[in-house]
Amino acid sequence: MERLHIVLLIALMIALALALVRMRNLLAIAILSGVYSLLLAAVYTLLDAVDVAFTEAAVGAGITLTLMLAALSLTTRRETRPGGRAARRVLGLAVAFAAGAALVYASFDMPALGDAAAPIHNHVADRYIAEGPRDTGVPNIVTAVLASYRGYDTLGEVTVIFTAGIGVIALLWRWRRDEP
Amino acid sequence: MSDNVIVRVVVKMLAPFILLFALYVQLHGDYGPGGGFQAGVIFATGFIVYAIVFGVRRTIQALPFAAVTAMASLGLALYATVGFVALGLGGAFLDYGALDSRDPVHGQHVGIVLIELGVGVTVAGVLTAVFYTFAERRRR
Repeated sequence: MERLHIVLLIALMIALALALVRMRNLLAIAILSGVYSLLLAAVYTLLDAVDVAFTEAAVGAGITLTLMLAALSLTTRRETRPGGRAARRVLGLAVAFAAGAALVYASFDMPALGDAAAPIHNHVADRYIAEGPRDTGVPNIVTAVLASYRGYDTLGEVTVIFTAGIGVIALLWRWRRDEP
Repeated sequence: MSDNVIVRVVVKMLAPFILLFALYVQLHGDYGPGGGFQAGVIFATGFIVYAIVFGVRRTIQALPFAAVTAMASLGLALYATVGFVALGLGGAFLDYGALDSRDPVHGQHVGIVLIELGVGVTVAGVLTAVFYTFAERRRR
């Protein structure tokens, strides 16, 4: 039953993606991209990955949509039709299909969904699940892994976010106070 | 900025609850889904939605640019400080168990809550600062 729900959601996402390609109204595209993220968040929830689902909903449907709406207020609401010769557009289509085909081909090497023999389930995951709550006193194992077992990675991630933000500010913020 | 009265009323009513929800996600991350990153994103979204509807100028008055850049730095500093304090108390870097000499599990819990707070403050600060940066370029 769960599998059926996931297949239905992914079918909806594919239909939405195809519709997005055809659309020219940027406001509608921004909002439907948020819907796309919410559908993906629903898929993650069905896969019991609630923390990932939460991130997808907050980032994909929340702040990305908000920033897109803010960006739209700076530009027009309609996308111009892509110009260029037919040969170039066919080339673009070919590149997109080749990249997609390579990804699908690579996915055949992935272990099946929920395969208990997959390498990822036979490394440290058992220990985290068995000892995480006892080691850290934190019932949410995802938080325990991210914050404690992988504290170094998370520190690195926060540093990346900080550095990226500082870079944007250094490049674009106008420090001159030429306006009262 | 929007002159649509429905948008203004709805955003004005929703904004405090968005911020409250962000605090819930932040402080409940050790028991439920979510954590510092998601909380920071939601917190920034609350301010950005307000800025889109009521203008960046009013939002910057409530939450100045200097404050959001300070948040971005202080969150990361808090995270690293927790690591160094653990180091100073005889543990390894970021080994929160050392934070409480009698009860390492409690030390772990304290460390996790503190670093999640650092993550949330930095993410909220960076996202709001980046939004301010782009919005201010348009205004001038």
